[in-house]
Parts: sequence; C-alpha cells; structure tokens
Amino acid sequence: MVPLSWYVALSAMMFVTGLVGVLIRRNIVVVLLCIEIMLNAVNINFVAFSDYLHLIDGQIFVFFVITVAAAEVAIGLGIIISLFRLRESVNMDDYNLLKL
Amino acid sequence: MIQQLPFFYFGGMALVCAILVVTSRVAIYSAMALLGMFVHVAGLFIILEAPFLAGVQLLVYAGAILVLYLFVVMLLNLQGGGATSLQKQTPWAIALSLIAVGELGYLLVKTNFYPKLPAIPHPSVPTLGNTETIGMVLYTQYLFPFEVASIVLLIALVGAIVMARGRGRFRQE
Repeated sequence: MVPLSWYVALSAMMFVTGLVGVLIRRNIVVVLLCIEIMLNAVNINFVAFSDYLHLIDGQIFVFFVITVAAAEVAIGLGIIISLFRLRESVNMDDYNLLKL
Repeated sequence: MIQQLPFFYFGGMALVCAILVVTSRVAIYSAMALLGMFVHVAGLFIILEAPFLAGVQLLVYAGAILVLYLFVVMLLNLQGGGATSLQKQTPWAIALSLIAVGELGYLLVKTNFYPKLPAIPHPSVPTLGNTETIGMVLYTQYLFPFEVASIVLLIALVGAIVMARGRGRFRQE
C-alpha cells in the first residue's frame, strides 16, 4: 500500500515543475502545456484523497477539472492563433500591446 | 516494495515527462512529453482505483487536448527557440519557485495525513462499480455543477471559433 503522503509529494513536485515552466518559458504554447501539468498534478491529489477517504466526490471534481481544462485549451489556443496572426510570433515578450 | 513498484514507475515517469515538457527546446517534443505524462497519470489513476477517470484521462487529454496542441504547433510552424527560449527574468522565477518548493515541503512535513476518521463514510461505495458510482453521484448530487459545466463547454466552443476566426467583422470596426 502506497502512503497517501507519497502521492501528495509527487503531486507537489509535478505542480512545481509546471509552475517553473510557466514562469521561465517564452514560447506561449509551452506555457499552456505547463498549465496542463499543473492541472494534472491537482487531479492526482484529488484522486488520491478520493481513494484514501473512500469518497467519490474527489473523482467528480477531477471530472470538472478535465472539463475546464478542455475549455481552457480551446480558448487558449484560439487566443494564441489570434495573437500569432497579429504579431507573427509565439514569443511572450512580443505581446506588449498593453505596455505603456 | 513490490506493491509500490507501479507507483514508482508511473509517478516517476510522469515526473520525468513533466520535466521534459519544461526543458525541451522544440515545442513538438514538449507536446510529445506531455502525452507521456498524460498516459502515466492515467496509470496512477488505475492504481488509485479510478478506472473510469483513467479512461476519461486518455480519451479527453491524450485524445483530444493533445491533438489540439499538436494541430496548433504544426499550424504555427513553430521552430526551436534555441538559446533564447527562456525568459529574461529566469533567475527571479527560479528564486520564487524555490520559495514555493520550501512552502510545499513545509506543508508536506507538517501535515497529519492520517487523522482519526469516522469509519467509511459511504458504505454503498464499494458495492457499486466505479463508473456506476460516479454516474449516480454526478447526476444526483452534482447535477447543477454538471449543467454549469455544459454551459462552460458551450461558451468555450463559441469563444474558440470567434477567437480563431481571424479577420471577421469584429476586427475591421
């Protein structure tokens, strides 16, 4: 039997990996991929707690997280395509329309 | 130890794939590493007795979301960023991440993971299968969030089309 804390530790490590990716990468598509890593890390946590507490609610939450992730990807990639048309670049530093 | 081997395999590979996503210079390699991470997270779900979610994970994440990513990567014809693929403020980002690591480590060490729980709260859970239980709870207790999720998906559908449509009326005004 794997202790619950191991799953939480794994989830924390994956979350930090995604966080580092969001902060340091310039390619906007990779930033969106890193957000997926963070969402998956949270999903592992939900399912692990659901298993250990014998409550199904955690799995329902994962269901909704996956739904929101799908919506986020569709909108995010639409925004990326739109920005690419505008700037011919996927580099985050080139998106400075709101900069003073 | 032999019982923990699947956890180490799936968890370790998921972590390695996550690190590969962040470190790959080419966007398409990142996407492929993300596919590996999705598959191994699905394996973790199976270990955790959530086979339905493992299937959903493979279908929705590995099947739909990743194909969308690959489609966009190929559509935009992304080249490798070379040495410039990191942000200028990387040292700051690393410092902030180290703070986050410290906080998470502190929480992990200080948390009592095994509080005194009442005996199994839902005795009916083990009698039904995993998918049946999720269906029962999703369509009764969580019916309203379920409907809200459908509206979220509808808005995302319309929004994605509007965003990606290009030079429509809304931009020429």
